[in-house]
Amino acid sequence: MDLAGNFVSILLGGLSAGTVLFIVSVGLSVTMGLMGFVNLAHGAFAMFGGYVIVLAMNRAHIGFGPALALGFFATAALSVVLERLFYRRLYRAGELDQVLFTIGLIFIFIAGITITVGPESQPFELPPALSGQLNLGFLRYRTYSIFLIVVGILIVLGIWLVFERTRIGAQIRATVDNRRMAESLGINVDRLFTITFAFGSGMAALGGGLGAEFLGLDPQYALKYLVYFLIAVSVGGLGSVVGVYYASLLLGVLDFMLKLYLPKGGTIFIYALTILLLLWRPQGLFGRKGT
Amino acid sequence: MTVAVSPAGPVAAKSLLDHPAARVLTRRHHLRWWEALPWIAALGLYFGFPDYLSFGTELLITILFALSLDLALGYAGIITLGHAAFFGAGAYTVGLLAFHGIWTEPITSLLLAAVAAAAIGLASGLVLLRTTGLTLLMLTICTMTLLGEAANMAHDYTGGFDGLPSLPIAPVFGVFEFNPLYANTQYLYTLGVLFICFVFVRTLVYSPFGQSLTGIRENALRMHAVGTPVRRRLVICYTMSAAIAGIAGALWAQTNAYVNLSVLDLDRSATVLIVLIVGGYGRLYGAFIGAVVYMALEHFLAQIYPTAWQLGLGLLLVAIAMFARNGILGLGGVLRQRYATWRTAP
Repeated sequence: MDLAGNFVSILLGGLSAGTVLFIVSVGLSVTMGLMGFVNLAHGAFAMFGGYVIVLAMNRAHIGFGPALALGFFATAALSVVLERLFYRRLYRAGELDQVLFTIGLIFIFIAGITITVGPESQPFELPPALSGQLNLGFLRYRTYSIFLIVVGILIVLGIWLVFERTRIGAQIRATVDNRRMAESLGINVDRLFTITFAFGSGMAALGGGLGAEFLGLDPQYALKYLVYFLIAVSVGGLGSVVGVYYASLLLGVLDFMLKLYLPKGGTIFIYALTILLLLWRPQGLFGRKGT
Repeated sequence: MTVAVSPAGPVAAKSLLDHPAARVLTRRHHLRWWEALPWIAALGLYFGFPDYLSFGTELLITILFALSLDLALGYAGIITLGHAAFFGAGAYTVGLLAFHGIWTEPITSLLLAAVAAAAIGLASGLVLLRTTGLTLLMLTICTMTLLGEAANMAHDYTGGFDGLPSLPIAPVFGVFEFNPLYANTQYLYTLGVLFICFVFVRTLVYSPFGQSLTGIRENALRMHAVGTPVRRRLVICYTMSAAIAGIAGALWAQTNAYVNLSVLDLDRSATVLIVLIVGGYGRLYGAFIGAVVYMALEHFLAQIYPTAWQLGLGLLLVAIAMFARNGILGLGGVLRQRYATWRTAP
């Protein structure tokens, strides 16, 4: 393969990985931006959703599409229950209690899945329509990666439309900017948060299912990729959908490239870059100052 | 009330000190009888349960590590998930010095480890402590992971993933050898170091410096307003906390006689955070209670079934976050208050 083709294939691989990262992290960014809640258990929701999707396909032999929908709604429903029962009591608590609670949830999820499903990694097989190669004219590339990138673009467009063009989107933006003012104007922040929390968890579930092909799926998932989700959110900027999208793509491409060319310890650059970026812009690339 | 506005003089000052609040304030750094209990218990373990001494050594190291975090997080309110960076720095200092045959004397190694960890704490604190909240949390995680990756990459010196096995450690004071089978020396040595560090931390938090740290935690803006050099205080506190965490890591390396990458990972940072919050942060003895509860639970539940330990820990953390915001020690305070109001109620 020539140099340009090589470059494009690395770019596409990285972009597809970054897209998965974005789909998982976007909910975390919005809920953190809304409530300032440090939800470390977000990765656990992604894992739960991933398990629902993969098990539905492997054991109940449901198609990929319906399985994704099932995972989305099951995880969203579960997150609403948890939010109503536990999360809302901790909104006014300190960050430490939130961290402690969500770390506890991670452990419960890990143990729960180890007990009910087993500690082994779950096999994941792509549906025939998405496996194989796609001819892009100048390059043949994996269909699934292209599919992921397209899905990511559609999702970011969809969320952007909801944010910019609908009433609830305006309410979310207002609340991220200034929660007190939004509350005084009569926006029901509690309800808003429940809705976005459920949606964000559902998206995480989609990410868990879509990424199962190359991230794998085992009970340690919730902890293994947590730092990556957090980096995407903090670099992108809390509450900024576009920011998380760019940060995730950047992270995906960098990670893909470094793992290829510097398989031993190449990730050190990702952490160094994150540190520099956050020192330069503590609020993230697209975050607003002082919120 | 009238005392406060009356012209200041010896009489006014004296009656001011008679105020109940003033009495509490002037006496709170005094030693209380129950503060001897942990040390009596530690010596009791030594004489009563000689089979548990290596477990006990691990416990004492966890206490020391949690104590160092208490200084940064409990008193100064620096929220960090990367404290293992300093634990690891201390452990690797001892490991590298001993493995390459440069220096094996344990006590001076501890000091060197403290200096190395403090240097990293100072360097990272200077840049990191300008931020707060999630950004700070992320920066501490990244700094730790960076060190871990660096240790992994410097394979020729650090042994990479496999670490440095069978470190030669010279006898303490040139007399007491570390015996891998019987942890008597390790235990007493660790206990002695813990005691010295504890006295240091206790003195520090009750000093004016420590009080200013608590003030910064409670209201940084107000401390700026009264002229406290907030950032400098935070950096100094972070550096000292790092030094103590480094000593804990060094002890870990010396008593286990090996170092590996587990001293520098997120697991260790999260564990020490959990230990401290479970016990109660900002209370000195929270580190003790938290470490005992955590390690005992781990020891006994993991024997039954490793997953049971994870489930039990998860449930414990959720319960603490829900019902006992200030940890087990905080719960004690709440119960005492309830009891007091119940007793005074007719």
